This record gives sequence, C-alpha cells and structure tokens, in this order.
Amino acid sequence: MNIFVCVKQVPNTAEVRWDFEKGTLIREGVESICNPFDLYAIEEGIRIKERLKKGNVIALTMGPPQAEEILKEAISMGVDDGILISDRAFAGADTLATSYTLAKAIEKVGNVGVVLAGKQAIDGDTAQVGPELAAMLAIPQVTYVRKIAEIDEEKAVVERLTDYGYDVVETQLPVLFTVVKEINEPRLPSLRGKMKARNFKPKLFTSSDLDVDESKIGLAGSPTNVKRIFQPELRKAGEKYEGDPENLAKILAERIKGLKLI
Amino acid sequence: MNYFFTEEEQMIKELAHKIAEEKIIPVRQKYDDEGIFPYDIVEILRESDLFRIFIPEEYEGLGGGVLPMVLAVEELSWGCGGIALAYAGTALGAFPIILFGNDDQKKKYLPKIANGTLAAFALTEADAGSDAANIKTRAKKDGDYYILNGTKQFITNAGEAEIYTVIALTNPLKGARGATAFILEKGMKGLEFGKKENKMGIRASVTREVVMKDLRVHKSQILGKEGRGFMLAMKTFDHTRPGVASQALGIAQAALDAAVKYAKQRHQFGKPIASFQAIQHMFADMGTKIEAARALIYSVARAIDKGSYSPKESAMTKVLASDVAMEVATNAVQIFGGYGYMKEYPVEKMMRDAKITQIYEGTNQIMRNIIATRIIKETR
Repeated sequence: MNIFVCVKQVPNTAEVRWDFEKGTLIREGVESICNPFDLYAIEEGIRIKERLKKGNVIALTMGPPQAEEILKEAISMGVDDGILISDRAFAGADTLATSYTLAKAIEKVGNVGVVLAGKQAIDGDTAQVGPELAAMLAIPQVTYVRKIAEIDEEKAVVERLTDYGYDVVETQLPVLFTVVKEINEPRLPSLRGKMKARNFKPKLFTSSDLDVDESKIGLAGSPTNVKRIFQPELRKAGEKYEGDPENLAKILAERIKGLKLI
Repeated sequence: MNYFFTEEEQMIKELAHKIAEEKIIPVRQKYDDEGIFPYDIVEILRESDLFRIFIPEEYEGLGGGVLPMVLAVEELSWGCGGIALAYAGTALGAFPIILFGNDDQKKKYLPKIANGTLAAFALTEADAGSDAANIKTRAKKDGDYYILNGTKQFITNAGEAEIYTVIALTNPLKGARGATAFILEKGMKGLEFGKKENKMGIRASVTREVVMKDLRVHKSQILGKEGRGFMLAMKTFDHTRPGVASQALGIAQAALDAAVKYAKQRHQFGKPIASFQAIQHMFADMGTKIEAARALIYSVARAIDKGSYSPKESAMTKVLASDVAMEVATNAVQIFGGYGYMKEYPVEKMMRDAKITQIYEGTNQIMRNIIATRIIKETR
C-alpha cells in the first residue's frame, strides 16, 4: 500500500516583501521552504506507516527542479521515496491543472492507500488542490483532518476540524485527507535521514512519462488566471466616542460641521 | 570563523542547534525551576541519532569520535547546559567502554547507548574528589565473582542511566594501582541510588549517589584489566574533558548572544546600550575569548580523533573554556543589569550553569596541576 504525501515548495512568507509599484511579491533572495502545513502531512504519512507496520510513504511535488530540496527534507524525516513532477509543459498550472497532473502521477505509481496534503499552501492559500485531487482520483476525501483515530487497510475513522468543534468521519480506503496543524508535531530530521537525503535523487516525471491530455496541463489546462495581484489599501482605524446620546449627538454634529458637509 | 567541517560534522552541528532552538529553549526555564529531568528531549535526541555520533559504526554508531560529540554538546548546551548534560553524561559513561571494552562488552552495551540508553561514570566519593586515588569502594574477589561495597557521590545521570562504569578497589593495599573498573547495570541486586541533589545550576540534570551493597558481579564485567581502573579513568577524562569544555563553550556563546541581543534593544540615555564603548569592549573581549576556547577545543578534539592526545591538552580545553564561560556569563548578567539578576531573563541561569564546568571532571586547580606538571616535564 502506498501512502502519498503531496508537498509544495513555497517562498518563506515571513521574509517576503512587496514591490509596491508593480504590486507583486519580491521573490528574489527569499528562501524557499516546504509549505508548513505539508510538514504535518509528511509526519502523519510516516505515522500511518508506523501504525500499520506496512506501507511505502512517497512524497511528491510538482515544481521546478529546485523543488527537489523539499523532497530531500521529506526523506530526512523518514519518507521512503520522492517523486518530482517537473516539465516546462506543466508551467503556469492553476489548481485544476495541478491536481490533474498530480492525479496522473499517483495513478502511474498506483496501489493507492492514503493521499495526504496540507490543508492549504501559504503562498496561494486556495485549499483547492487537495479536494480537486480526490475528485480526479475518484476517491473519498476528508478535509481539515485533526486526528486519525483509527486506520487499517480497509477503512479509517478521522476527526474533521470545524468552526464549531469537530466531526467524526468514517471512510473507506483509498482516501485523501488534508490535514491541519492540530494533527501532530512534525519530527525533526534524523542524522541518518539527512545522510540518506544528501545522496537522494527523486524519480523525475515529465509530461512524456505521464499519460496526460496536453490540453489539461500547464497554462493550457488552466481555466482560471490571475488578473491582478494587489495589496488592499490599509483602512485607517475609525474614531471611537463614548457617552450618552445627547453628548454623542453633539460630537457627531461638530464632526460633520468640521467636514463642511452641512 | 570557518573551521572547515566535513559535511557530516556540519550536519551534526546544525541538527543539534535546531534541537536546541526549537525543543530545548522553550522548556529550559521550567525544567531549571522545577528540576525536571528532560525525558522528552532525550527521546528527541535518540530519534535524531545524536547518541550514535560518538559510537563506532560496527556497534550501530555513526563513526565515533570526540569532535562530533563536542559539536553536539556545544550546540545543545547553547540551548541549556543542564538539559545537555543527560547527553554529555552519557558520552562520559560510554567512553570507558569504547576505549577499554572487549568485543563482547562493546557488542552488549554500545548499541544500546547508540539507541539512546543513558550511561554514567562513577569515580568520585565523599573523601575522594580531587584526591581521586583515595576511593574506598571495595570490590572483593569471590571465585569468578566480585562483591562490591561503597558509595559514589555526585554521579550525573545516576538513577536514570542503565549502564554504569564504576571504579572500585580490588586491592586496597596498592592504592591507585589496586583500582579496577566494573560495568554495572541498573537493576542489579545491591545497586541503589541516593537522594536527588538540590543544585545551584544544571538543575535539569540529575545528580545522585550510587550505592553498592554486597553487589555481586561476574568477573566478565571488569572493564579493561584488574588494577588498571585508575589509569582507565584518567584516559577516559582525556577524551571527555573537551566535552565539558564544549558544554562551557555553548553556555558562553548563549550568554554572549543574549547580551548582544539585549544591548541592542535596551535604551538608556536615549540610545541603545550597545552603542556605548564600555559595553562594546565587553563584547569584544567576550567574543575573542569564546573564539579562542572554541579553536582550542576543536583542535584538541581533532587531534584526539587522529590518535594523538595528551592529558595536558585536554585539561587546557576545560580550564580555558570553563573560565571563559564563567567570565562571559557573569558579564552577560552585568550587561543585563538588574534584569540580568531576575529569573525571567536567561542569563542568571547561564551564570549558575557555567560554574559547575570549573568544578567537575577535575577542578580547574587540578587541571592546572596536570598542565603545569607536563609543561615542566616537557621543557628541557
């Protein structure tokens, strides 16, 4: 049984600055990190393997060649294998084209037990790829999972975090979970893991390795596109007055007069 | 300063630093206040493979050596000198077996230590501190067995460790030449532990008596040769004193880091106090002395790993680094002023933790005796 963990390399948003003239993020010189929510997915993938005492944990990512770094990070934590989906043809993918491509990669490897992903990535913040991927794979999904209470090779019982508490959901396998940070505390890498990661080369999947419809990948396969990125104008905090209605009415009248509105 | 570490050495340093930063610093004040033994941190160190780095590969280690141990102890002590001691004390317990164990003993104990089982070393007694040859613990021969009786004092990791190297007299008439090292295991009948000492510093570390009452142990538990226990202890210290030195170094670096950070944001007379020359010159001295200690420790550790070691050089690392740590930590408290004296700020703890490094594994007075004796002997 394969346990897939979807990971994404993102700019460290703690360091990102704005180019106010262009209205874009300045990515030059900003460190790339593994999307923090994905670290919880990696940890949970390793824990599922430890609980079941079987399975193969595979981290996969779609991105430029340097995205290999986060696969190495996953390996250093204890993941068994890593797949890099990288090709110019995949560039410009929106969430739909991304989830389509990820689904094709997962189908190629096969023997799907669990697919894990962070609840969202901190760069786009869409939280769409996980659910879309489940749809593409035609498997059930539970989002915002905060705990896997029971799991075996047939089914799982999990807790889904909601605004009002949590739901307990039973599902068959294969299944896709997106996880929230409440689910675990990601382990630090081990030295042996880091040594393994140092020489690790991920499997590379290009568009010709995958059975993909060219019209569904990359920019061509992306029905959405970003029209404009802008920083919303900062709204100044309003002024607050306290007092009885009579005094408040006076203050208000003075303010309106001051603005020459009456 | 660039010490041109190998990739492995760099990894060890970075990983230990990350553990210190993310796992140790958030709990250090609480563990110090309440004297909590850091089981959770030991577990993290175990999972991170850091217990493997001073163990040879054939015994499930990652190569072994003093330099890797020193790098890990320095970084962990940068987080907390007390918490780091569960680890450093285990290295002290492991080195006699690494250096003097036969293959059976190494096969039996070193993989356990590599997998995070704690160890300890027990030499000191109530009347045998600096005068270590004055020990009274007796090991009386009884056929293929020895019967041990006596009490060891101030033993780091006592009660928590599973594996103990204990020095006892097999022939009291011969004094130091009648001492023998035994490997004992927690759970052996007659092995008991005294009360937990209430210490000034390194309070997250556990210090107890190790009490032996008619403890019967097979002769196969003798480490090295009968009568060579004192020599074994001294050679062990030659390998582990750079470890104490690196603990001091980590504490000193942490104190300097804290003081600089504080001085940059603390304003007096309308300016950050880091802009005053009086403070700047303190930083200059602190930084220079720390780097000198670090350079000596790394050089000596590398020399030991290449097979060249001397009691003098190992003693020098401990004297220099521990005196620097005490001075730097005291000055860090000074720079923090009144706040430095308060427990809400980390530097008073560093000052308390630094103090022990001038005392244990041989007081700095004894270290100077060792150094001076050798210098006089070597100079013609």
